[in-house]
Amino acid sequence: MSILEINQLNKTYSNGFVALKNIDLTINKGEIFALLGPNGAGKTTLISAVCGIVNASSGSILVGGHDNVKNYRDARRMIGLVPQELTTDAFITVWDTIKFSQRLFGADYDPEYLEQILKNLSLWDKKNNQIRTLSGGMKRRVLIAKALSHKPDILFLDEPTAGVDVDLRKDMWDQMRVLRESGVTIILTTHYIEEAEDMADRVGVINGGEIILVEDKKSLMKKMGRKQLTVELKEPLDQLPSGLTDYDVQVQDGTLTYTYDSLREEFGVDDFLCTLHDAGLKYKDVQTRQSSLEEIFVELVKR
Amino acid sequence: MNINGILAIYMFEMSRFRRTLFQSVASPVISTSLYFVVFGSAIGSRIQQIDGISYGSFIVPGLIMLSVLTQSVSNASFGIYFPRFSGTIYEILSAPLSYLEVVLAYVGAAATKSFVLGLLILGTAYFFVDMEIQRPIWMMIFLVLTCTTFSLFGFIIGLWADGFEKLQIIPLLVITPLTFLGGSFYSISMLPPIWQKISMINPVVYLISGFRWSFYGKGDVSVGLSLGMILVFLLICISILSYLFKTGYRLKE
Repeated sequence: MSILEINQLNKTYSNGFVALKNIDLTINKGEIFALLGPNGAGKTTLISAVCGIVNASSGSILVGGHDNVKNYRDARRMIGLVPQELTTDAFITVWDTIKFSQRLFGADYDPEYLEQILKNLSLWDKKNNQIRTLSGGMKRRVLIAKALSHKPDILFLDEPTAGVDVDLRKDMWDQMRVLRESGVTIILTTHYIEEAEDMADRVGVINGGEIILVEDKKSLMKKMGRKQLTVELKEPLDQLPSGLTDYDVQVQDGTLTYTYDSLREEFGVDDFLCTLHDAGLKYKDVQTRQSSLEEIFVELVKR
Repeated sequence: MNINGILAIYMFEMSRFRRTLFQSVASPVISTSLYFVVFGSAIGSRIQQIDGISYGSFIVPGLIMLSVLTQSVSNASFGIYFPRFSGTIYEILSAPLSYLEVVLAYVGAAATKSFVLGLLILGTAYFFVDMEIQRPIWMMIFLVLTCTTFSLFGFIIGLWADGFEKLQIIPLLVITPLTFLGGSFYSISMLPPIWQKISMINPVVYLISGFRWSFYGKGDVSVGLSLGMILVFLLICISILSYLFKTGYRLKE
């Protein structure tokens, strides 16, 4: 079931910059969707258009079936946004700021719920601190707490772990999973590929304002995944045996590296190893490696 | 209508007022007291009565207007400019609030502050001069209308400004001179005829005149004209704002 539908969305800024081109995107309820793209690809503009911070030039956005322009109140109530920049007030306390957010979105003040959010985000002991006294990582969590304060159905995280250390990043990923368990749909933008690889159910790649691809993460990795088979030989090789010239093989000292497409039937691992055997080559060790999402991504963006 | 949302912004803005209560209250009270000491006692004792009112009492409505106008503009402009500057505006824009509700909250808070301030200055004035307010209800109406109108005006400036300097420019270069030349400290009838005519294009003349009428029953222009001019100015501000919102000016690309 879809919770967000973007149809033929275009955005051209007043200075003529075309930020989004004919974006079509459907997000399923309850999934974690990662939007990948290099800097300036249009990730933030896309999120801003959905949240009502940027006016789209054309196209439509349905949030839970509500048009985000005609029916903006119902649409926006369903959304929580964690912006990329650490934009917080300085002088008010953590508690006051999340209380403010809760009521801003039309919800009634619910201290028990706010307490629970702060505890989940390990901010409870900071509730009476002014925001300016917090570290960057804590401010980021305050922004998440603000976004969650009105119980949104969709949570947008714009580069949530930028500038957050490794420990805290893992923590945040765990929290995202807990949120997803509770039924919240999560859309995150990132250029940390490992983040998408680790968390996302589906991945979308945006470049130059266009969605290049939307794919289930596993099938994307399977489809695009190049595999490499590395064979360490017992004795160094001067020249490729004739049977191996058909394969995409590189020789370096005593190591053969064979790059292949895991989906293709011909020239599979089995054939390759048989050919090695037939050529009378003995090997010490065999290793395979699958390309990461990052390599896939770089390849896609280059095209 | 998102009442919770409006109240959230309103209370947030008022809490800034409370946090800086001393500056917010002390500075206008001190400066007004100084005006009374200098103009009311030192110089005023040598000035004849104006329209049968002692000079000290005569300047009270003008002094209140002087503070209310500048404070309305600077409070409201700062209120909306600061989140634009710091980036926290993202939350207001993504909230389920209409533009009207956003304006109600920000302008309501700014107008409340300057209204409270106006009453404080009035209270301070009681310590220095004898005065009576002949038409207290009209006085309140003029005060509320002025606070609202100039807070709207300030809100527009806060949208227009793209730097802190611009926030200062209008109160400093426009509001203060217009108020000083608008009859805060004198009656327009005391001016040479040519300056009387020129003064009539100063909108603040009408505000001060109407306000003074509610105190002493006399003004430079008729009370109907005063009220009419405030309402015209209010309408102009509302029209500009609704036009700005239609285009998303400085808030949304």
